[in-house]
Amino acid sequence: MPTEESLSLGQEMARARWRRRRVFVARLFRHPSFLIGAVILVLFTSAAVLADVLAQHPPNKNNYRFILMGPSAEFWFGTDGYGRDVFSRVLHGTQVSLTIGIAVATLTGLFGTILGTLASYVRWLDALIMRTLDGLMAFPGVLLAIALASALGPSVTNAVIALTVTFTPRTARVVRSGILVVRGMQFVEAAQAVGAGHGRIIFRYILANALSPLIVQLTYVFAVSIISEAILSFLGVGPPPPAPSLGNIIADGRTYIQEAWWIAVFPGIAIATLVLGLNLMGDGLRDILDPRQRNDH
Amino acid sequence: MTLFIIRRLLSALPVLFVVSLMTFLIMWLVPGDVSAEIGGSDATPEQIERIQAQLGLDRPIHERAISWYANLLRGDLGFSYLLNRSVVDAVLERLPVTLALASMALVMATMIGVLLGVSAAVRHNTWLDQASMVAALIGLSIPDFWFGIVLIILFGVTLGWLPTGGYVPITEDVLGWARSMALPALTLAFTQMGIIARMARSSMLDVLNQDYIRTARAKGMRGRTVVFKHALRNAMVPIITTIGVTTGILLSGAVVIETVFSLPGVGRLIIGSIQRRDFPVIQGGLLVTATVFVFVNIVVDVLYGVFDPRVRDER
Repeated sequence: MPTEESLSLGQEMARARWRRRRVFVARLFRHPSFLIGAVILVLFTSAAVLADVLAQHPPNKNNYRFILMGPSAEFWFGTDGYGRDVFSRVLHGTQVSLTIGIAVATLTGLFGTILGTLASYVRWLDALIMRTLDGLMAFPGVLLAIALASALGPSVTNAVIALTVTFTPRTARVVRSGILVVRGMQFVEAAQAVGAGHGRIIFRYILANALSPLIVQLTYVFAVSIISEAILSFLGVGPPPPAPSLGNIIADGRTYIQEAWWIAVFPGIAIATLVLGLNLMGDGLRDILDPRQRNDH
Repeated sequence: MTLFIIRRLLSALPVLFVVSLMTFLIMWLVPGDVSAEIGGSDATPEQIERIQAQLGLDRPIHERAISWYANLLRGDLGFSYLLNRSVVDAVLERLPVTLALASMALVMATMIGVLLGVSAAVRHNTWLDQASMVAALIGLSIPDFWFGIVLIILFGVTLGWLPTGGYVPITEDVLGWARSMALPALTLAFTQMGIIARMARSSMLDVLNQDYIRTARAKGMRGRTVVFKHALRNAMVPIITTIGVTTGILLSGAVVIETVFSLPGVGRLIIGSIQRRDFPVIQGGLLVTATVFVFVNIVVDVLYGVFDPRVRDER
C-alpha cells in the first residue's frame, strides 16, 4: 500500500475521480425522488425478468373454463376473454415495454450524440441537420411514430425504429446546445492551446461535460418510449398479438369494459407506475447533474 | 412587429418542405406492393394495375416526387379509393372535431395547470405545493388513452352519467355535443395539466424571488395584484413555450383519444386508414396535422413577441 506521498500524479487523479464518482452516487441515492424511482424501476425489472417464475399461468394459454373471471387468489389480475391470466400477460408485457424502452433510449442517445456533435462541430452541416430535425419535430407527438410503424409493419424492431426516429431530433438538440455551451469555455481553449487533437477535444473535454443534460434527457426518452409503445400497440401498429404488450392488453380490455374492467385497468396501472418511477429518476438526476434546470428552489 | 411575423412565416418554409418530403417518403417505406394491399385480396390484376397507375407507382421515384409537389401546390392531396372521394375533402370535413377537442383540452389544461402552478409557487414549500407537484407528476406519467378508458368505465359504465363514446354534432344538439366531448377533452387535458403546472410553478418561483416583487409588496400592494399583475405577466414566456409544445401533444393525443371515444375527427380517420391501408389518406392526415402544428408554433412565437419585446428586436 503506497503512502500518500509516493502516489504518482496519474494515480492521484484516478483516485480523485473515483472519490467524485462515489460522492455523486451517494448524493443521488440520498435524493428522495431518485431513490423512489430507482426502487420502482428495480421492482419492475425483477418482475419482468422473473415473469415465468412469478406468474403461475403461461401468458398465451387459452382456458375456456375461466373466461372473464374477476381478480382472485388464483388470478391476481383476473382473466381475459380467452381465459388467459392477465397478471401473467402484464408481466410479459412489461418485458416488451422495458426492452423497447431501453433500446429506444440507447439508440436515441447514440444517434442524438452523433447528430448533435456533427451539427455543433461542422459548421456547414449545422443548418442542414438542424432544419431536417426541425421538420421531423413538426410532426406532433407520436404521430410520426404511428405513421412510420404502420408503414413498416407491426413488429418490435419496427416499433423501436419508429420511436427512435421520433425522439432523436430533440435529443440531438439537447446535445448540440450542451456542446455549444461547453465549447466556449476556457478549459477547451486551454486544451487547444496545449495542442490536443479534434478527437481528444470532442471526447475527453466536450462530450464528457455535455453528458449531464443528455443523461437526464434519455431518462425521459425511456419513460416516453414506454407510453408511446403502449399507444402503438393499442392502435394495432406495435408488436403484434397474441404476444402480450401492455398496450394490446388494454386494447383487448377495451372490448370488455362493460363486464370486465380489470383487463384494461391493471396494465395501465403498470405503465403509469413504471413511467412515474422513470420520471422521478429523471427529476432526481436533473436536480443533481444539472442544477440550472431545477424545477424547485 | 409585422416584419417579425413575416420573418417567422418564411422560416417555416424549410420545415414545411421537410414535413412534405417525409410524408411522401412514408409511402415508399411500405414493404411489398401497396396497390395490391389497397385493392384487397379479391382485386383483379387489371384493378391493381389501375390503382398503380393512379398512384403513380409504375413511375420512377423522382417523377412521383415531382408530381407529389405539383399536386401539393395546387392543394391536391390525392384520392382515396376506399372512401371514394378526395383526401382534402375527407380530412377537412373531420378537422373541426379534432380542433374543437384539442382547443377544449388546451383551455382546460392551461387554466387548471397555471392556477395549480401559481398557487404552488405562492405557497412554496407547503403541503399544497407538495401535493400539486405530486399530482402533476402522476398526471404526466399516466398514459392518456388508458385514462380515457378508466373515465369511460367510471362515468359511462358504473355511474352512467355520460355516454361511453360516440359523437353528437353541435348543429343537432348543443348539450348532447358537450356531453360527448366532456370526457375526451378532460382525458386529453389531464396529462398536459401536469406539464403546464410544473412549468408555471418553476417560472413563477423565479419571478417571485426578484427584487421588484419585493418592492411591490413593500409599497403595500395587495398580494393578489402582485401575483397576477406583476409576477404572472413576466412568468408567462416560459409558460407559453410549454403551452406551444403542449398543443402539439394535444394534436397527436387527439388521434388516440378520438379512437378511444369513437369521435369522427382527423385522428380516427388516420387510424382507420392505417387499418384499411389507405395510404393517401394517411399521408393527407399527417400533412394537415403537422401543418396545423407548424402554424401553432408561429402563433406561439408571435405571442412571445407580445409578452417580451426583446424577442422581437433580436432576430
